[in-house]
Amino acid sequence: MNAPGTVVWLARHEFRLAWRDWRSMITAGRRRHGRTIVAILVVFAAFMHGIAFVMLPRQIGAGEIDKATLLAVTGCMVLAFSLLLSQSLESVTRAFYARFDLDLILSSPVLARRVFTVRIAIVALSLAAMAALLAAPFIDVLLLRDGWRWLGAYAVVAAMGAAAAACAVAVTVALFRLIGARRTRLVAQIVAAVIGAVFVIVLQVAAIMSYGTMSRYAILQSDAVVAQAPGADSLVWWPARAALGDPAAMGTVLVVSLLLLALTIVAFAPRFGAYAVAAAGASQAIARRQRPAAIRPASPARALRHKEWTLLLRDPWLASQTLMQLLYLLPPALMLWKSFAADAASLVLLVPVLVMAAGQLAGGLAWLAISGEDAPDLVATAPVPAGRILRAKIEAVMGAVALVFAPFLIALALAAPVSALVAALGIAAAGGAATTIQLWFRAQAKRSHFRRRQTSSRVATFAEAFSSVAWAGAAALAAAGTWFAVPAAVIALAILGGVRLISPATT
Amino acid sequence: MPFTAPALALEIAGLHKRFDRPAVNGFDLAVRTGEFYALLGPNGAGKTTILRMVAGLLRPDAGAIRIFGVDALTDPVAAKQVVAWVSDEPMIYDKLTPFEYLEFVAGLWGVDAAAAQARARDLVDWLGLGEHAHERCEGFSKGMRQKVALAGALVHDPKLIVLDEPLTGLDAGSARQVKEVLRARVRAGGAVVMTTHILEVAERMADRIGVIAAGRLIAQGTLEELRERAGHGRASLEDAFLALVADEAAA
Repeated sequence: MNAPGTVVWLARHEFRLAWRDWRSMITAGRRRHGRTIVAILVVFAAFMHGIAFVMLPRQIGAGEIDKATLLAVTGCMVLAFSLLLSQSLESVTRAFYARFDLDLILSSPVLARRVFTVRIAIVALSLAAMAALLAAPFIDVLLLRDGWRWLGAYAVVAAMGAAAAACAVAVTVALFRLIGARRTRLVAQIVAAVIGAVFVIVLQVAAIMSYGTMSRYAILQSDAVVAQAPGADSLVWWPARAALGDPAAMGTVLVVSLLLLALTIVAFAPRFGAYAVAAAGASQAIARRQRPAAIRPASPARALRHKEWTLLLRDPWLASQTLMQLLYLLPPALMLWKSFAADAASLVLLVPVLVMAAGQLAGGLAWLAISGEDAPDLVATAPVPAGRILRAKIEAVMGAVALVFAPFLIALALAAPVSALVAALGIAAAGGAATTIQLWFRAQAKRSHFRRRQTSSRVATFAEAFSSVAWAGAAALAAAGTWFAVPAAVIALAILGGVRLISPATT
Repeated sequence: MPFTAPALALEIAGLHKRFDRPAVNGFDLAVRTGEFYALLGPNGAGKTTILRMVAGLLRPDAGAIRIFGVDALTDPVAAKQVVAWVSDEPMIYDKLTPFEYLEFVAGLWGVDAAAAQARARDLVDWLGLGEHAHERCEGFSKGMRQKVALAGALVHDPKLIVLDEPLTGLDAGSARQVKEVLRARVRAGGAVVMTTHILEVAERMADRIGVIAAGRLIAQGTLEELRERAGHGRASLEDAFLALVADEAAA
């Protein structure tokens, strides 16, 4: 059973790779002893359980499960499922296009069907594990406060992982057939980004249109939606009932999801080899004919800025990430439009959203421009001082951020000029801080490793997030006209100072 | 070794570099203008480390590097102006076309746009990239990528070209094109320093050959001089190289 080439043997190989990948993610690629890894995990788990303990209400509605509860739980599950499906689409796409070992495996006498059976199963398993890891603190706290019935949530998490993987495979195969291997990569990235964001956005848009607030729970908890929802005994609520510990619902949801995954594997795995070969052909033929152009005169700084912008525009991974960020800005934009001239005070709420988004976008762009330089030797051997090179790259990042946020700021300025000014300053501060953090933690990497940038430095990732939150908070307080903005800005600066002290540039 | 002739293309004196262990250990070298110099050595001898220090990609622990009379350690920007570095892994951008890549490199080196345009066109034709000049590099073969990198190295008209295994992965036709380009540069008064594992290339192209082991230059000269030194008067460069390295290891 464990003979070379069998499903079990392939699964063992995939597990070994996944384990080492995961271990490297936890340790940020450094060699650490098992005890250190366990200690890191314990601290992380304790921290997450603490957050769950504070966030979840003390009293969970025991006894009768009403429609409002089912609706709230279902809403959370749909949100989680859309994120899992988005992640799953990315994983399945990568299985075709990230070819570091696919050539070796497909050129071996092992059946391609077996390879992809194992890979799809691993995608499902990884998703379920990731979801379980993130949900575990909340489920554990619910277990502690409300009894054993919440144990069913773990089974639902596994079911959601299986169903998300099955749907992702079906969507990818459909894309292959509809638009061909060459376009599937980019379109799948965009579909993943849209799916990941669409549920939250739809809820927020509905909340803005109906209640003038961006809280997605306003809609889920509204009397109108609860009244319109199917009866409490409807099949629609079975996943929610399963999560709440109904044994029959739990068993059904789990069996249906696993069956869906099994059917997907049986139906599509035999054709995956051909799709993978088509994907390889697509990456060979992807070069496009461009209009011949004359070389324009350029200083080194201008040449660098132009190169960065060209590469940013042509980066499919970045396109999907940026699209996601922009999609999340749609609800604030709608709120801006709806409140325009009617209620300028409510526009203050937009300021932190814009500042936070700018910090996140700037961090990603800065990583691509500074760490994700594909020709570091070329740039380093140019007769340009290192400081000037970095300055040009930073200018390219901040220029791109300015371009993305300018329309929002202009619209905001027409309705609430002071809020627009505060937002502009906040965007500059959050973007500048995120870029600076990336500068301090820069480590040469391939541009194609963008999606794994968080694993190269945990500290940089958290620092970037904390910094963006702090600047968003400071900007929100400033827009509200309170002097508390000053200490908030000081905290944001202190975070940056602390990051500087522990950055490799200092240590 | 004190600096002597200011007209030398490259002068290296007492170069030291240590990582976990000494990688370069008192390395001296002088390459003349209009000379093709090949650096040979076993794996881990320090060849790439030396060339990366010449290109300004690594800072030596001790020693001096002068490029056409310019001190590369005190004035790296001026030194880089006349140097091109080509590594065995082509340094190009997948999402740029060869023409856009050349435009970028010309901008970095501050080359006049008209001159860059003319040179880019010549290089693209010369290296047989004309048909693909406006396609993105992402689907290019290793040989084509190496040609694009070489075109980038030449578009700013460097006086000294430093190459680390530039022929790795090239087919016979592409390798010949690259060799012709390099010979033409040398004839035009430039200098080339190249590491290679293909001894036949060193034998046929280099004016002088240096043999390096354990971070030191253990022998240098023309092919005849190396044969004499190795005591294998009629032997090939391969025999002479292996004998010199074996003698050094035994010493």
